[in-house]
Amino acid sequence: MIEKMNSVRHDYLRHDKKFPHVWCPGCGNGIVLGSLIRAIAKLGLEKDELVLASGIGCSGRMPVYVDFNTLHTTHGRALTFATGIKLAKPALTVITVMGDGDATAIGGNHFIHAARRNIDLTAIIINNQIYGMTGGQYSPTTPYGSFASTAAWGNIEHAFPIAELAVTAGASFVARGTVYHAAMLDGLLARGIVKKGFSVIEVMSNCHTQYGRRNQMNDPVTMMRYFNENAVSVDRAAKMSEEEMGDRFTIGVLADVDKPNYLEEYQKIRERAQQE
Amino acid sequence: MVSDKIGPRQLLQGNEAIVEGALAAGCRFFAGYPITPASEIAELMSLRLPALNGTFIQMEDEIAGMGAIIGASLAGVKSLTATSGPGFSLLQENLGFACAAEVPCVVVNVMRAGPSTGLSTSPAQGDVMQARWGTHGDHPVIVLAVSTVNDCFTIIVQAFNLAEKYRVPVIVLSDEIVAHTRETVVLTDPAGITVIDRTRPAVPPEWYIPYEDNSRGVPAMAAMGSGYRHHVTGLIHDVRGFPTERPEEVDAFIRRLFRKITNGFAEIQMTNPVMLEDAEIAVIAYGAVSRSALRAVRLARSQGIRAGLLQLITLFPFPRKAVETVLRQCRRVLVPEMNMGQMIREVKRVNRDTEIVRHNRVDGQFITPDEIYDHLLAM
Repeated sequence: MIEKMNSVRHDYLRHDKKFPHVWCPGCGNGIVLGSLIRAIAKLGLEKDELVLASGIGCSGRMPVYVDFNTLHTTHGRALTFATGIKLAKPALTVITVMGDGDATAIGGNHFIHAARRNIDLTAIIINNQIYGMTGGQYSPTTPYGSFASTAAWGNIEHAFPIAELAVTAGASFVARGTVYHAAMLDGLLARGIVKKGFSVIEVMSNCHTQYGRRNQMNDPVTMMRYFNENAVSVDRAAKMSEEEMGDRFTIGVLADVDKPNYLEEYQKIRERAQQE
Repeated sequence: MVSDKIGPRQLLQGNEAIVEGALAAGCRFFAGYPITPASEIAELMSLRLPALNGTFIQMEDEIAGMGAIIGASLAGVKSLTATSGPGFSLLQENLGFACAAEVPCVVVNVMRAGPSTGLSTSPAQGDVMQARWGTHGDHPVIVLAVSTVNDCFTIIVQAFNLAEKYRVPVIVLSDEIVAHTRETVVLTDPAGITVIDRTRPAVPPEWYIPYEDNSRGVPAMAAMGSGYRHHVTGLIHDVRGFPTERPEEVDAFIRRLFRKITNGFAEIQMTNPVMLEDAEIAVIAYGAVSRSALRAVRLARSQGIRAGLLQLITLFPFPRKAVETVLRQCRRVLVPEMNMGQMIREVKRVNRDTEIVRHNRVDGQFITPDEIYDHLLAM
């Protein structure tokens, strides 16, 4: 089994060229990458048909490791590039990977409009609740009261719930997972990738180096425990009161709806235009 | 590059001619955001592209428009965005990405008066230096200027051809006057136009080195999904496209970006000399102002004044040779601009001996032929 999984990983990774990776020991990004390639392997997608595009930050370095068509764009803009690629070549499966600051601060506008527009893209948002690469500044998902390098006295801003934001903005498929629930994440990513329309998979991930260190969760294991203890499945959460939920968050599929997607609609316009 | 074959007579505005030219050049993707005085380009593209199996999309801002056209180009489709000053400021970030990753595409900036929101329906030429230096970092860029509706058609074709040939974003500066003036034009028949496409890899995928140098300094470009999987990044990268910080690789990369443009100076630097053979005084102008200048020079000639015009089509890389010839020959040169003097600095850098005179207008109004003529008389 392990041998089989290794062989799959090697086929999708630029194994000889780009390793070791840049991430800190214990970083959740590696778990997301592992989950992503298992999901893609399970779907049996060809490397030539796949595009992985990223923005800037620790998550932004992910595409360099996979042997697909890869693109490392500007901060927050991965979805705009991905939009152009998908519309120009609809046969490609286009996946973006972004961080929380990347997708919801500098790229927040692109994110909500991509969800509203419903182009067949998959957006993986690794939410580690901090700007990791630049040194632990607070992000739009840093919890109220947490500490960060630019919130030395505690964060007085309120966090975006990314998955809920995506649901409201109109994404066709929205799920939240964590790096602790890796097997579940494989399934969520696979569902997001095959879904026609805009899919969002928020992944709660650990940055013990920049977030945990300042917030009494100094190491990956402590942060993993936090995810285990605070993640509540969507079904269970539905039966819980607000007080019972407290600061805990839901995991699982938050939305899975079928609605017309941009490419299908645009193709109809092309056909009408060509008949006239 | 453009043949003598002509199409039917049409009444077009500059923005419409830009669309016709872009489509003739093979553009099949447009992404942008509404802005005066460029919106007609987006409107007409949304109407025309579906029938040509192309794609139009209105994005949430100009940053997104620029990102989308880069994405489309990476997927192998020629792409365009069009905007005006405020939007041009926004898209500079991704314009730099196109420079660094060498992604061919065309950006039209229909200039209006600034700074900031400025005069949104009035012409100006204030974005010349922003076109050259707007995105951060050391980078070469190609900037072309249009002066007539017919120009809009032919120059946009040139813009696409240069973008494809040199793997660079090409900026076309129009202005509110050119954009909205309706003229009867007889455009070149699209069938007679030479269209250049980017060089595709001639080797099998396993031999492909995406940013490998060659004699032209322009690497072959494979489209995403064509089997030539590779990495594209805005980080400084090695010949395989992967990030590098090795000084010798960084140096080679930046120098190649410049070299590929320098190698092409002869064809990139386009000017239009008019009545310069025996000229004693000359006007150097670009964009809509060069039309007033042409009229003024003709008036001066009718009065026996030996005046000439050098119209700059390429603003950057600055056509130094053509300007130098004029400066050597003429005792005085007038540079009229709808700004406080941007190109005049480039002209002065060529030669400090010739008297170079500025003529600036920044009240949101066009520089008239009479103004230039009067100034020529005074010279």
